[in-house]
Order: sequence, then structure tokens, then C-alpha cells
Amino acid sequence: MATDPHLVVDNVTKTFGDLRANDAVSLHVERGSIHAILGENGAGKTTLMNILYGLYHPDEGHIRVDGVEVRIESPKDALRQGIGMVHQHFMLVGPLTVTENVILGMKPNGPGLNLKQHAERLTELSDSFGFEIDPHETVWKLPMGMQQRVEILKLLYHHADILIFDEPTSVLTPGETGPFFDVLRRLTEADKTILFITHKLEEVMAIADRVTVMRDGRVTAEVETSETNPQELARLMIGRDIVFDIEHRDREAGPSLLEIKGVRARSDRGLAALDDISLSVRSGEILGIAGVDGNGQAELAEVIAGLRPLEAGHITVEGRDIGEASVAERKHRLGIGYVPEDRQRVGLVLDHPVAMNLMLRSYESLPFARHHIFNFGAIKSNAERLVEQYDVRLQSIEQEVRYLSGGNQQKVILAREIEEGPRVLIVSQPTKGLDVGAIEFVQNTLLDQREKGVAILYISTELEHLLAVSDRIAVIFRGRITGVLETADATAEKLGMLMAGVSG
Amino acid sequence: MIEIFLDPALLTDFLRTSLRLSVPIVFAAVGGVLSERSGVYNIGLEGMMLAGAFGAAVGAFFFDTPFAGVVTGAMCGMLAALILAVLGVSLGVNQIVTGIAINLFVLGLTSFLSRVVFGAQANTLNLQGFKPLAIPGLISIPVIGPVFFGQDLLVYLMYAVVPLLYFMMFATPWGLNIRAVGENPRAADTAGVSVNAVRYACVLGSGLFAGLGGCFLVLSQVFLFSENMSAGKGFIALAAVILGRWNPVGALLACLLFGFFDALQLRLQFLNPEVPHEIFVAMPYVVSILALVGLVGRPSPPAAAGIPYRREAK
Repeated sequence: MATDPHLVVDNVTKTFGDLRANDAVSLHVERGSIHAILGENGAGKTTLMNILYGLYHPDEGHIRVDGVEVRIESPKDALRQGIGMVHQHFMLVGPLTVTENVILGMKPNGPGLNLKQHAERLTELSDSFGFEIDPHETVWKLPMGMQQRVEILKLLYHHADILIFDEPTSVLTPGETGPFFDVLRRLTEADKTILFITHKLEEVMAIADRVTVMRDGRVTAEVETSETNPQELARLMIGRDIVFDIEHRDREAGPSLLEIKGVRARSDRGLAALDDISLSVRSGEILGIAGVDGNGQAELAEVIAGLRPLEAGHITVEGRDIGEASVAERKHRLGIGYVPEDRQRVGLVLDHPVAMNLMLRSYESLPFARHHIFNFGAIKSNAERLVEQYDVRLQSIEQEVRYLSGGNQQKVILAREIEEGPRVLIVSQPTKGLDVGAIEFVQNTLLDQREKGVAILYISTELEHLLAVSDRIAVIFRGRITGVLETADATAEKLGMLMAGVSG
Repeated sequence: MIEIFLDPALLTDFLRTSLRLSVPIVFAAVGGVLSERSGVYNIGLEGMMLAGAFGAAVGAFFFDTPFAGVVTGAMCGMLAALILAVLGVSLGVNQIVTGIAINLFVLGLTSFLSRVVFGAQANTLNLQGFKPLAIPGLISIPVIGPVFFGQDLLVYLMYAVVPLLYFMMFATPWGLNIRAVGENPRAADTAGVSVNAVRYACVLGSGLFAGLGGCFLVLSQVFLFSENMSAGKGFIALAAVILGRWNPVGALLACLLFGFFDALQLRLQFLNPEVPHEIFVAMPYVVSILALVGLVGRPSPPAAAGIPYRREAK
């Protein structure tokens, strides 16, 4: 029996109405290995995980743990079989302590909570994996990386030995990803089996032993990562070749459009967030802003968009000082387009239809409104045109934006912001959480705008995305620009040093 | 009026009044804490209290003993709470609207039924109520003794309820489940806690306690039922829930504060007949508002309060 894989999924099919979310999916996961499941959003990864986790029941097929067929009826049931899940959005109760979170839902052995006993055992467990977690700490006070460890601890405490991670790095800062991978390796050393769901190729190559690629509900391949390469995986995942080196047409940049001089601003908490920032972006140029999340990027974007007061310094667009201009003036008169980082809360009105979201920028003026009354015909035709042009996948333009995938939501915002022909485009983390196809689309859209002579400020924490499209890259660290490099000279090492605050 | 606080006899009397004015609000407020901790706003405390008062009057009227009144009163409170549980928890109707509906519905229904049941004698009833029961020994402590230990059974019940509820909330698996459900029901659900079962229990418990508050009005204070006799106490209890930061002990202290100023305004009314009495009547409410604005800073209710839980919701 020693040869049985730890977990086998055998020809599992699950349909929702007409949709075959999982179509004869099979999976073989060896004990103590890290097995990645790679696929774009909507490829069926989440359905498969929900089946393993007991939220859905397969229509056909079997699941075997250590060679024994199991039926998983509920998440609790899954845990009894040793299968635990770390959700993308953590299942933690913020105001409770680490210990309370871990023992939530456990069968009590007595009237009290035995917090002290549990805390001691948790400390032991935490120490054995080097987690450095204080069991008495309130969970919301912990950084995301530590909260993730609490989730892992929760599963280990319940004796799970197959740990499923759903997009585990999407909530981590770049600095937290390395330690997280170390944790995964330590878990496999303790003979735990890791199932790692992701759409990020680099992560698969970096950490997984084996990878199952899914597309449209089917498995397109199951291979050892040592025997494949990112290009092949991308092709398996998307079904076509993907251009990794996006064609970066050489183009003479024009005059400087956006000038930022000596800008200072405070964060929401009133601390200095921007400290004497000076930058300039020329027409037809993409200036990338690199840096670890939380070093002033959000504040920089907001200061330019007019959402945050300027404490000192000047911002000029085409030579005109915009310091006093309102948000609306910046949009309409000065031609500043803004794609905010938080597309769901800031960029879109989630409960409104796609058509309405597509005209949010100029809802007060013709053709969308005349004498303060909406012209629904114009709104509709505008939406239909943009949906077509930007290839937004949806059922109807009357559908609420909430139900679109992340990539399609981003397309709605891009379409709206670009439609008015901006002179300056501020784009904050536009690829966050998107799959490869959508990222490619976003980057090509930015390059098109560059071609048209727009000055683009492209803020991202993903270096490879910045390197792909930027002409120059500025690095921000604790509210200061630590260096500006031509992309041709910018290596990951140089940028990394600047991101850590070592001035080049 | 300073002599109230200097003369031991007057002080004892004053503090007794303060405490007794607080008791019904305390019951309703701990009920509110229970419900809101589980993630269900209970605007219907007022109605549940009134239902409890009516139930208490009916029980005591037909069985001629306050104990029967307590049982029927508590049951009527729970019955009113069942409306909130079914509409607000199972069916996902807006909890605020449901709470207001309960208040209006119970007000109309009890006024009507009171005429049906008690008829013309409604205002002259003298129901069997609870009598003060001195606790030997403790009663002889100066000032404090008669204030706290010369009370009736419902007050002693309140002494037990508050610490028990506090212990339950923070030191037992039940309490952990309740807090988790009120903060992050999805997390609780994945941990195997039945979200709606916990909420049902808490809402019904909330009705039970608010009902007991109503019982106190009838069986310990006026010994009859009158229309709308809860007179806004359920709303004061709501304020006490916030002021007490969703903590049973905090809510108790908030209610005592209110009771103190209510007793004070009664004395001031009596001592200053030339001043329009409305000014004094407003005092405890003004104090509650000021306390809500000033003392608590920014209170943060349980994160999931007011949001019905649906497993498949995005």
C-alpha cells in the first residue's frame, strides 16, 4: 500500500446546469509533495477544491485518500479525512485571539474553553514549524502573512495532513511570499501534502514538485515542474501561445506632460506618506513605479487624481499647476485618467449595471444626460460599443458589475477611463489578481495608449509586469524615490536593492 | 437637593429607586447584547418587553401567582422574538425594518388584547406581584444593604443573569460560537458552527430577557398592564447595548447610569414644582445621548450585525 498516492482524484465530473465545471478531472498527489493546480480564473480549480473540501458533491468519479475511497460530505468531514483548506480570503474572526480562532467549532471537552491548555499546545505546534505566533494575540492585529500562518496552524491543530491553498500569495506582499514558501517546504518535511492553487506561472515553477494544468474544466496536463517550462505551461493553461516579451516598440517620447515637484502628502492615519517626490512623465512614455506595497504608492496616485490633499510641492499637467483643481476638473479639463488600485470599492459601483459603470466618468454631460435627465439610448450604445471594443465578457450590459470576473471588471474601468482620450493616465496595480490572459490585455492596452502619446504612470508591485511595459522605472521606498532606472538597465537585483531602500 | 446624598435614609431610598428603574432596562439590554453579538440587530426590544409585560399580566391574572406571570411573560417575549428570528434570520428580511414592525405590531396587539382579556378592570387590576425579600445578614449593611439586598426575586435574578451571561459569552464554547457568528459567519460556518441555529438561539434568548424586563414592570412595579407601558425603555436598552460596548457588564453599568439620572430627575421634579417637569423628564435621555457621543469614542458593533447569512452569497 505504500505506493498509493496520498490523494487521488479519479475522473471527477461536476456540472452546474449546462456548465461542466469539472469534466473527468483526475489528480495524483504524492505524500509530502507540493502539487500545484494551475489554471485561469474559471478553469474549474475552485470547483475541484470545493469538491475536495466537501462543499460540493461530485456527480461522477471518486476521491481516494491513501488508496481508500472516501465520501466527503462537509468541510468538517473533509477535516476528519485529514483534508484542510486555507481559503483565499481567510476564514478568521478578526476580534478573536489566535487560540479562539483555532478552537472555534471544536467539540468542547467540558463547559469552559480551556484556553490556557490550548494556547500551550498551540505554542508548541507553532514553534515546531518556526511560525513565531503568539496564541494570545488578537488576529486582526497580525499582518496578512501571520494570519495565513494562523490558518495553517488551525489545520495542523486539527490534524490535517493534506493542506489545500487557494491562491495563497494573492494576499501577501512580495516580502511575505519568500517566508511563505519556506513554510510550505517545512510542512512537506513534516510529511504534509500541499495542494497549491494558482494562476501564477512563476510560483508554480518556484515551489511545486508537480503541476496539474486545467482549462475549461478539464485537465490539460499533469507534469513534473522539472520537466516543463513557463512557456509550455502557459500554452497548456490558455490554449494558445502567450507573448511573454510584449513587443515594446521603440518610440521617441514627446514633451513632458506630467511634472511632479517636491510633493509631500500624509496617509489616512496622518503620517508622512510622500516625502519630497519629484517625477516627470513624458508624452508617449510609461513610467513604472516599483516598490513594496504600502510605501506611498496609493498616496501618490491619489494626490495626482485629486483624492488626497497636497501638503507641499507642485503637480503640473502640460505646464498648468493642478494643485487646486477638483477631481472633476482633473478628469474633464486636464485629461487625467485614473485606474484605482481597489477596483471593487473605488473603481466601480458593484451593484450597478455594466452600462452605468461605463459612463460614470461623464454621467452629467452629453450624450449621457441632457438637462439632468439620462439618455438611456446613448448610455446603452456607449456600453455596447465599449464592451465590444474591449472584449468584456458578460451576459448583458444590464448585468451588475459585481458578477463579472476580476479581469472583466478591470476592462470596464480601463474602457471608461481611456474612452475620453486622457492626456495623463494613472494606473494603480492594474494586474493585481488577474490571470495571464487578462494581464496581457491590460498591458497591451497601456502600450496602445503610449503609442497615442499618453503619459502613463504605472504603479505596480509586480516587477515582471513593470519590466514588460515601462520605459523607465522609478522605485519608491518609505515615500521617497530611491532611484529611477531606464528599463534596459533595470535588473531585478538593482530594483530589489532600491526597493529595500538602498539608494543606487 | 444635596441632602439626598448626605442623609443616609434619603440616600438609601434614592439608590433603591435608581436600581429599580434600571432593572427592566438591564434585562432588555443584556437581551440586546446577546442578539447583536450573534449578528442580529434587535430594534424590537421595546416590543418584546411590552409583549413580556402583557404576558406577565395575563399569567398573574389567571393563575393568581407572579411565578406563572414570569413564565408566560418570558414566553410572550420569546414569541415576539420568533418574528425577528423567522423574518430576519431565516428569510433575510431587513432586521431594522423587522424590529420596527415588531414594536408597532406588539403595541397594537397588546392594547387590543388587554381590552379583550381585562376589559373595564384593566386600570384597576391589582395583580399578585413579587414582594421584597430581604436577604438575612446582607440587608443590615448600612445604605448598601437595603439598596441591593432588600429587593424582590426578579432583581436577584438579574444579579445572576448578568455575570452568567458574561461568563457564557467569554469563557464557554457557546460564547465563542456566538462571537464568531456575529463577526464572521462564513468563518464560523466553515469551522462547523451552524450560523442560523446560533442566531435563532440568541434572538429567542434576547426575547426571553426583554420579556423578563416586561415582567418586572408588571410584577414588581405597577401590578397591572397598561397600554404602551414599556414607554421607550426598550430603546434606552438599545442605547445601553452600544454604551456598554456589546458586553453584558458594560450594558449593566450603562443601565445603572440611566437609572441613576431617572431617579434624580424624579427627585428634581418633586423639589422644583415651578419648573416645567418636561425639562427633568428629558434629563436621563439627554445624559444617554451625551454619554453615547462623548464617553464611548467610536463603538464598533459586531462586524456581521444586520447582515443575514447566506452560504452561497458572494
